[in-house]
Order: sequence, then structure tokens, then C-alpha cells
Amino acid sequence: MPISKAMPNLPDDLRLLEAEAIAILRETAASFTKPVLLYSIGKDSGVLLHLARKAFHPSPVPFPLLHVDTGWKFREMIAFRDATVRRLGLTLIVHRNEEGHARGIDPIRSGSALHTRVMKTEALRQALDLHGFDAAIGGARRDEEKSRAKERVFSIRNAAHAWDPRDQRPELWRLWNPRIQPGESVRVFPLSNWTEMDVWRYVAAQSIPVVPLYFAAERPVVHRSGALIMVDDGRLPLNPGETPEMRRVRFRTLGCYPLSGAIDSDAATVEDIIVEMRASRTSERQGRLIDGDEPASMERKKREGYF
Amino acid sequence: METGTGRGLLRFLTCGSVDDGKSTLIGRLLHDAGLIPDDQLEQARRDSRGRAEEDGGIDFSLLVDGLEAEREQSITIDVAYRYFATDRRSFIVADAPGHEQYTRNMATAASGASLAVLLVDARKGLLTQTRRHAIVASLMGIRHVVLAINKMDLVEDGEAVFAAIRQAFTVFSAPLGFRSVTAIPLSARRGDNVVHRSAAMPWHHGPTLLEHLETATAGDDPTEDGPLRFLVEWVNRPNLDFRGLSGTVLSGSLETGGAVTVWPSGRSARIDRIVTFDGDVAQARTGDAVTVTLDTAVDAGRGDLLSGPDDAPEVADQFAAHLLWMAEEPLIPGRSYLLRAGTRWVPATVTALRHAVKVETLEHGAATVLGLNAVGLCNLSTAAPLAFDPYEASRHTGSFILVDRLSNRTVGAGMIRHPLRRAANLHRQELAVSTAERAALKRQRPAVLWFTGLSGSGKSTIANRVERRLHTLGHHTMMLDGDNVRLGLNRDLGFTDADRVENIRRVGEVAKLMAEAGLIVLCAFIAPFRAEREAVRALLPDGAFLEVFVDTPLEECVRRDPKGLYAKARAGTLRNFTGVDSPYEAPDAPELRLDTTAEDADALAERVVELLHRKGIAEA
Repeated sequence: MPISKAMPNLPDDLRLLEAEAIAILRETAASFTKPVLLYSIGKDSGVLLHLARKAFHPSPVPFPLLHVDTGWKFREMIAFRDATVRRLGLTLIVHRNEEGHARGIDPIRSGSALHTRVMKTEALRQALDLHGFDAAIGGARRDEEKSRAKERVFSIRNAAHAWDPRDQRPELWRLWNPRIQPGESVRVFPLSNWTEMDVWRYVAAQSIPVVPLYFAAERPVVHRSGALIMVDDGRLPLNPGETPEMRRVRFRTLGCYPLSGAIDSDAATVEDIIVEMRASRTSERQGRLIDGDEPASMERKKREGYF
Repeated sequence: METGTGRGLLRFLTCGSVDDGKSTLIGRLLHDAGLIPDDQLEQARRDSRGRAEEDGGIDFSLLVDGLEAEREQSITIDVAYRYFATDRRSFIVADAPGHEQYTRNMATAASGASLAVLLVDARKGLLTQTRRHAIVASLMGIRHVVLAINKMDLVEDGEAVFAAIRQAFTVFSAPLGFRSVTAIPLSARRGDNVVHRSAAMPWHHGPTLLEHLETATAGDDPTEDGPLRFLVEWVNRPNLDFRGLSGTVLSGSLETGGAVTVWPSGRSARIDRIVTFDGDVAQARTGDAVTVTLDTAVDAGRGDLLSGPDDAPEVADQFAAHLLWMAEEPLIPGRSYLLRAGTRWVPATVTALRHAVKVETLEHGAATVLGLNAVGLCNLSTAAPLAFDPYEASRHTGSFILVDRLSNRTVGAGMIRHPLRRAANLHRQELAVSTAERAALKRQRPAVLWFTGLSGSGKSTIANRVERRLHTLGHHTMMLDGDNVRLGLNRDLGFTDADRVENIRRVGEVAKLMAEAGLIVLCAFIAPFRAEREAVRALLPDGAFLEVFVDTPLEECVRRDPKGLYAKARAGTLRNFTGVDSPYEAPDAPELRLDTTAEDADALAERVVELLHRKGIAEA
């Protein structure tokens, strides 16, 4: 067996963030009877999955992956998800809110707020209840949004999956308190202290595969509410006179394609993305249409059980 | 700090009195360093409408105050974390609230930080809250402080004001053990000396705030000089041929072939392999998360600590610690809590509250309980030995939290000072005759029957009848009654919450000794708190503690009032009376519930005997 002198060289700040995330993942495996890793296919999920493989090696990842599918993800995301699961031999559970689907809830006609509540928030609650998961590990970062900045690493949810920002347990040192009462569950955020830039630097340093949509390519897009929306399939109704235009674009965050704004970009590699971000003057979630509905809308969604 | 492997990480917190401008300072820092994205800036500009317009039309605190309640009240109530990086360093900022009632949040922020930026309003100088935060920062192990003297644009003769405040802080903080204090005059609102040097204060020759943060020697960059401490987080068992210990190197370094000792057991082994996802390595440094295998099959698991052979941690089940109380419900000495240190959970009790520490002045004072945000020096006793270092030597291995056994809330944060040697000098003596042998001679299974309920509910009446029945059946029994015990063993105790807890703790220990003697012990005590009843249960073997809830409604007890106590309590001549001005916590899941309004004492006593029969304790 090849033995190298020491661990591969990561910059110290990333090495510390990596070790902290690994400790959190092990804490979760040791403290809960049925954890699940929420896999949303994006770069953060990719990093989370990579860390989980590192944390438990040589054991396999000791929990399944859960993807809450709204039915409106980019086709490339679904293809990437299935290829990743096959390549790594993982267990994947895909859950869709069938009741919401039957009601015809979609991101275009129902509006982003209703679509998110039914197909993401309610769907997640359904899936956790259905399988009896007591801990759900997610890739959310505190730097994404202001109300996330006060989220705990181990965040307790009551039996209705609601979050009470005024009644959170203090987290001191690395002495997390994952103890829960029957019916309660926990959301675990190992990437709490990472920034978007840390994620990309780590993706580059560890050669972690990501969905090609993050890289610039010619894609068919239309202008909607000041954002560039990709016409990923025939379900996006075009307004009168509207024709998709081919533009060289990429995505900073990925979600439901009618709600994910693209940016003009020439960044075709992870290194290009890092250079582009250093020069960037806008925040990551800006391309997301679901956060801007009203002030403090993320905090409201989280109280209702959104991730 | 630049290192051979790239940039480092500085975790710092901002603290200081409310209205001194902490959130504004962080907002300004991020803004001037060019780190606020345009869309967030635009959002803040929009939200600034209707509020006091600051320079540039932006209220910079809006860039950081996150929760709706905070924006409404214009205060920071929780710790908010911010992240930014310059070319020289990555930063994690914890923004801690200023109000007194949020001292616990400030301590939380400080626990993860290695430097504190302490804000002072130049017009007001050092306030009570400034002093409190300096003391809490010191207590939490912070050794480097930036004294950020803000609102310099609002004072006349700034140079003299700055010098006076700096001097006052130097005098005040002398006993706090800070290794560096750097005073910087600034204006967060105008951006003076935050990132850019200010023309308004030409007399200031020191660094700007950002310059100092980028170069301060308080980085979290791991050092290898400490003793080896490897914390086991998870036992890695993919198959029968591999048993690894997954954990983090908290200090020092690990090498294959190196001798290690597993604590608290004290067993020795050598490191066989250091396994990582990227292949085996020969060495792991401080901060690395790895999996090790040992050359011999010593018993080791989650919660254990590995050290080198010559630098053992302290191992004790009694120690002294500073405790910061974080819950509304006060700390009560004698009550059993769950303690977490490292990855180990163990039941623990505060055996003595030596003194309270006033966090405004560092003065000591006598105390019997610790309330929310209070700090005390305590003696603690754990149910099993713990391996630790003094907090001064290591924040990782010298810290602990206390968790309420029923609500699971985190209620206390502890910093260990030193082990108590009396633990080392007491050794449990093996007894020649075992509990099982003593019980066998009496032909019975020992048990503790605990009757709980309000005063006058009928506990003693029913317990006496049960004992009479058991005696007739040929069982060896003993009765412990509340009033009788208080007339003897516990005559030094009163009826405060703290004394009630101690009362039950002693009775629990006596009942345990009697059960070990082979007896069936009947206890009739109000025992108003669930936590104490559960603590007695935890003293005994599984199944040996049977809780009998004598459930009589308060109105019925008041109507009966056999000792005339309710009348006195209601007249105000008897204080701390359960059900009147002292709480009673009914059992959630007693082994037996007796409804005294439905059946008479003999019938209820028979139900208890039936329970004992079902459990195989008594004859039919």
C-alpha cells in the first residue's frame, strides 16, 4: 500500500473547514438512528457527498441520499445525479409530492412561492416522515442569506418540522447538542462555515465533479423578470413574440429551471469560475427568483420547514 | 498569517455595549473592503428608507442584522456569523449581542474565537457592558483584544479622549490575562480607520482595523507544539478485519509506530496505520481528521482521548470549573445533568457552588443557585471518570456543556480549572457479600417503591398499608417517610428549591444502600421535581425503581388538609409550599398511577402489591 508522508496539502483554512465538516458528519452518524443526506445535485451537495465519503472511509457512507424532486430540475441535473449514484454505488431515494403534482402545482402558473412551499417544503416534510429520518444533513451555508447566518449546525425542528429562531440551543466550541425528544428531528449543516468561494476552491483542490451547467456554454434563454431563464424543455410557455436566444451563459446556483437565472459568462473551468467570482459584484442567490418575493422571505420559509 | 500551505483563518468576535455600533462596524468593514455584492448593497439602500440616513444613504448595520425581530427592534439578539476573505487571510466573524440578557450569546461567540474586537463609544467611554464583555472574553479564553474606540467623529479633542479611554482599559484589564490589547480610534459610520486610514485623525500612527486583523498573531493556524490529543468521534468497522478509530487531531501530531495511551482507561498501544480517503499516511498534524488503527486490540471507542505516553491528560471524576449558566431555570447544586466533554456524555452533578463571579467586576460573592447569565466557580462530580486538560491549556479538551436531562436544552457552559484530588484518594471498596447474595438470603428481589404526590395526597397512608401487606407476606421492608427523614438525617435542610433537591438526593442514596442490603424500600416523599426522581432511578439497577404517582387533585388535598398546612400556606405563614407557591412536576410515565378519588386506600394498596407481583418482586 502506498504511504505518503503526510496529508495532501490543502490551504490551512480549507483544511480546517474540511476537518470541522467531517467531525460534524461523524457526530451525526454516531448520534442518530436514521440520518439521511439531502442531495440537491448542486456544488454544495457535491462537496457534502465528497466529505461524507472521506469522513467514513474505508466504510461506505452510512446513510442514504434523498433528493426532493419537484419535477422541474434541469435535465442535466437529473442525468448527473443518476450517474453519480451509479459511479459511487450509493443508495438514493427520490421523493416527489405526488399530491402537489396531481394538483398541477408548477413553478410558472402557481408562482414560485406556492411551488416552493408545496413541492419543496411540504415534499421534504413528507419524505422525512415517510422514512422516519431523525436527522437530515444539508449543504446550506450561513453566508448564503442573512437569516441563515444565525442557523445552528445542529438545528432542532419540532414534530411539525418548524424552526423557531428565538429558541435555539447555544453551540459552544465543538460541543454540539444533538439530543432530541421523540417526534423531533434535526437538520445538520456541516458546511455552515463555508463560503461560496471556499466551496469552489475545494471543488478545484479535490477535483470534485459538478453539473456542467455551472460552466459557460451556448444555451437557449429568454429574459424574464430581469433574469435569463433557460428553455430546458417544452414545458416553459413562451410569451407572444418571445423567442429563445442562444447566449453563452452559466449558472451560479441550480434549482428548478424556470426559477434559476443564468449569468453571461465565459468561465468554462472551475479555475475560470474562481477568477470570475473574484471580480463579481453580485451575490450567489441573486439569480434565484424564490428569495426575492418579500423581505425576510427566507426566514418565513425556514420557519415553515424549508431547508 | 501566511504559511507554507497558503492562507490561514482568523475567527474573531465583535462585542461591546448596545448602540456602540457593532453591526455598523462589520457592515462598514465588509463594504470598504469591497466585499458587499451590489445586489445586497441595493437591498440595504432600499431598506434604509424611513430610517436615519447615514453617510452615503446606507445604514450599514442592515448588511448584517438578519432576523426580522432584530430589524424591528434595531438590536442584535443572536450571534450572527459573517465570512470574508482578503488576499492575506480568511475571516469568520461572530457578531455578538450587547444587552445583558444575551451574555450567553456573547460567550457562545467567544468560545469559537481567538480574538475579540471590543467596541467602545468614544462619547461614553467604558460602560458596565464593556467591562462585562471583556471579562467574559477573558473567561472564555480569548487572549488578544482590539479596543475599537468608535464614533470618533462625534467627540472634540479626539486624541485626548482616545488616550484616556485606552489608559482606563489598560488599568481595568490588567488582571484579565490578555496577551495583547490594540487600541484603534475609528468611525464606523464614516469609515475612518476601518479599512482606509483617516485624514481626520492624523495623530493615529497605528494600523487600521483591517490591517491589524490581517496581521494579528492570534490566528487559528494550528500549531504542532502541544501534547498529542486525538479525539475519537466514530468507530470505523466496515468489516470484521478492520477496526479503526475515526477522529480529529486536536493538538500535537500522530505518527505510525508511535506509542499512544487511550483515556480514560489508561491502556497503551501503538499506531498501526493512519488511514485517509486519499491513502495511508505516515503522519497526521493538528487539525487533521483521520482514522487510525492500533496494533493491539485495546478497548477504545467514541468519547475516548488518545495521548502520547508521556503527556497524559488529567483523569478524574471530580473537578473544579467555571460555569456560565445559560437557562432561565437556575442551576441547582445536587441536581443531575448530562455533561458533554469532547465526544463523551456522562451524568454529572454540581456538588458545590464555591462562589459566584460578578462579570462586571470579577468580585466573588456567595450564592446557592446560579441564574441565567451568571458565572460561578463550581465543583462537579461525574458518574464516570473523564479525561481532560485545564481550559487554560486547551479549549478543546478543557471545555464542557451541561444539558438538562428532560428538556435536552443546553443549560451550562464549563471551563475546567483543575481536578479535585479527593477523587483520586477515594477508592470504591469491593464488598465481600454481594447485593444478590443478601437478597437471596431474604428470598426476595430488592426494589425501591417511590410514592410521589402533593402534600396530603395520601402517600404515607397508602405506603404504610402496602408495607403492612408485604410484611404479612414475609418480605423484608423499610419505610422512608418525608417528615421522619427531615426530623433526623435532613434536619439541616429547608424548603427552597436547592434544599428540596438535596433532600431527595440524600434520600435516594439511603434508599440505594437499603436496596443493596436486600430490602424492599418504600419512600413517601413529595419529590416535586422530575429531574430528582429520575436521578434516583438512575442510581438503581434497571427495573429496581418503581414510581407510584399518588394522583390527588390539588383542590382535594386542600379540602382534606390533614396537617392544616394548606391553610397556613394560603394565609402566607408557610412559604415555599408545594402546589401553593412552589411547583410540582407530575410524572410523565410512572410505573403506577393511583387515583385516590376513585378508590379507597386499601384497594389502592392492593394495586401496588399487584404491581410488585407482576414485576416478580412480591408474593401474590
